[in-house]
Amino acid sequence: MALPVYATTGQRIGYYSFLTYCGFVFFFLIAPIFVVLPLSFSSSPFFEFTREFMSFESEAWSIRWYKQMLGICDPNEIITTVCTDKWMRGTVNSFYIGFVSTFLATALGTVAALGLSRPHMPFKGLIMAILISPMIVPLIITAAGMFFFYSKLGLTHSYTGLILAHTALGTPFVVITVTATLTGFDNNLIRASQSLGADTMRTFFKVIMPLILPGVISGALFAFITSFDEVVVVLFVGSVEQVTIPRQMWAGLRQEISPVILCMATCLVALSIALLTTVELLRRRSERLRGIKHR
Amino acid sequence: MSSETISGPILTSDGIPLKVSLRKAEKRNKIRAFLLVLPLLAFILITFIIPIGDMLSRSVDDRYINTVFPKTFEVFKKWDKQDLPPEEVYETMFFEINAAKGYKIGKSSTRMNYSKSGWKSLIKKSQRKFKRIKEGPYKEQMIEIDKRWGDPLYWKALGEMVDPTTMGYYLNAVDLKYDSNKEIIAQPENRRIYNHTWIKTFKVSLLVTLFTLMLGYPIAYLLATLPLKYSNLLMICVLLPFWTSLLVRTVAWMIILQQNGVFNNLMVIAGLIADENRWKLMYNETGTIIVMTQILLPFMVLPLYSVMKTISPSYMKAALNLGASPLHAFWKVYMPNSLPGISAGGLLVFIIAIGYFITPELVGGKDGQMIGNWIAYHLKTTLNWGLCAALGSILLAVMLVFYWVYNKIIGVENIKLG
Repeated sequence: MALPVYATTGQRIGYYSFLTYCGFVFFFLIAPIFVVLPLSFSSSPFFEFTREFMSFESEAWSIRWYKQMLGICDPNEIITTVCTDKWMRGTVNSFYIGFVSTFLATALGTVAALGLSRPHMPFKGLIMAILISPMIVPLIITAAGMFFFYSKLGLTHSYTGLILAHTALGTPFVVITVTATLTGFDNNLIRASQSLGADTMRTFFKVIMPLILPGVISGALFAFITSFDEVVVVLFVGSVEQVTIPRQMWAGLRQEISPVILCMATCLVALSIALLTTVELLRRRSERLRGIKHR
Repeated sequence: MSSETISGPILTSDGIPLKVSLRKAEKRNKIRAFLLVLPLLAFILITFIIPIGDMLSRSVDDRYINTVFPKTFEVFKKWDKQDLPPEEVYETMFFEINAAKGYKIGKSSTRMNYSKSGWKSLIKKSQRKFKRIKEGPYKEQMIEIDKRWGDPLYWKALGEMVDPTTMGYYLNAVDLKYDSNKEIIAQPENRRIYNHTWIKTFKVSLLVTLFTLMLGYPIAYLLATLPLKYSNLLMICVLLPFWTSLLVRTVAWMIILQQNGVFNNLMVIAGLIADENRWKLMYNETGTIIVMTQILLPFMVLPLYSVMKTISPSYMKAALNLGASPLHAFWKVYMPNSLPGISAGGLLVFIIAIGYFITPELVGGKDGQMIGNWIAYHLKTTLNWGLCAALGSILLAVMLVFYWVYNKIIGVENIKLG
């Protein structure tokens, strides 16, 4: 929407104040994410922009918190938060739990989405509502329920428990993205493949899979980020042994107020930018393949 | 029509009526489709739905105490609730307290303490001193050990525990309780916390929904009407927060909103507020609302955007052409068309907001706590799991109503991600 040349002064004022308002909202959305970035290089242990820091004095800037994040401890440090390997262990755990639960969620979710997209699916609405529910139910309720039930099975304080929980939380995203990709899928392709002698598995891997792959991958990325960011279930179902990045950040905020959080936050922002770019590229590719033209 | 009735039902090549054969094929297809969904359905049922059901059952479960004092409760039921219970009740109570070992009696006395505070210390004290009692009658000796054994209020409080299920936790969750005659009454003034918190939870969620709508509607409109090459770029600004860790965003807001934070510093530098009375923007309800608004804004913008994208620009042009002022045209033409987006986004934000826990915990302070925080508190700190489950179940019920409405209006399969 551009302003026509014949716009009155009133319309012009209205239009530009509208744009200013939108600019403010975009700033409100995006600015907080980038506030952490410079502060992670501050040598001060407080989350503040000090005068020295703002005037770029060399002592005020440092990478000491990044070193601490990597578990490299400097004995000459004057201000030391407790130097710990928890950040690195947390990273390993986060990726481990994230990868395994993403794999499970993607496999289960993709197969279910194939079933749900068939025209003959009985009770589609009800089943869909159940499958989406882990995404809708508040995490604190999920965490409470899982804590009660998993403790009966001896699954609390274990990786298995966390992986099962995160898989359940991740599947709705896979189901949603894959069913979305499957709308407009030409079922004649399956018939053609079968009439040419391919069995079900071959048809799936050679015909269906390449076409729905973008949806599967973005679903998998959603599932991964869900597990990677999740802290509530980790807090209640996991133990200190299963420390993950979000759990360590939580501890850092509640107990230690350690500036290392800012370094980890910066890394996480970088990761989310990478994931977002991937998903966007995939979405556009999939739209192109399905012939949805950009206006 | 007539030829069909003469020639009978149409048959397939192997002589089976076509209808039957089709129905069979249809059934086979149904089963096949269902088998594909079955693994995930079973997985979700076991790892997610059953745990939630387990929580629901816990909110009314009162069986444990019945396994510790089975005989006492049996004879207790015969008591006419006048004056003090008969000797028989004292006797069974005496033996069952002695028989129950450390963990069992601790857990039971905690449960008894929920209906009348004082039970826990009474049982603890009695356990130590019961060794002195060698033989009956027990009633007088027990009252001698502690006067509370002679107080009918304590005994009457047991009345609500003799059934294996209780509504006590639900009553507690809305600031009610049973009195000594098992009638429902309000909690004393100083113990009322939950109604206040429920109201606060709804208030904060409504405000957040309103603010996200106020901020989200214009930018969704801008995104939907700009040429795609610009809107794709701006869309990143909406999607990036969506992909960024909740904790990262909360930390960022803590940096901005604290007393010496970015916002207050800028305001002081600009001379808008004095250095000594910086605004208190964090550790209160204001902080919770500001941060939740930013965190949930993408959930409002995305549904709005996908609806607005389908509204043809010629509608507005036609309205303007017919002589409506821009505001009038917007209100009468564009707004009604975008209503599905408003309801989708609004419901989604509201549903997510009422169950929030992390953000209020970190930036809410004392005054910004929501019901989710109380659930966590009872789960981890007080271990009053019955109350925790009751609060959770009520929250779940409220949420399911909204989810149902959402499903009716928009349909879950239309949830769009990015």
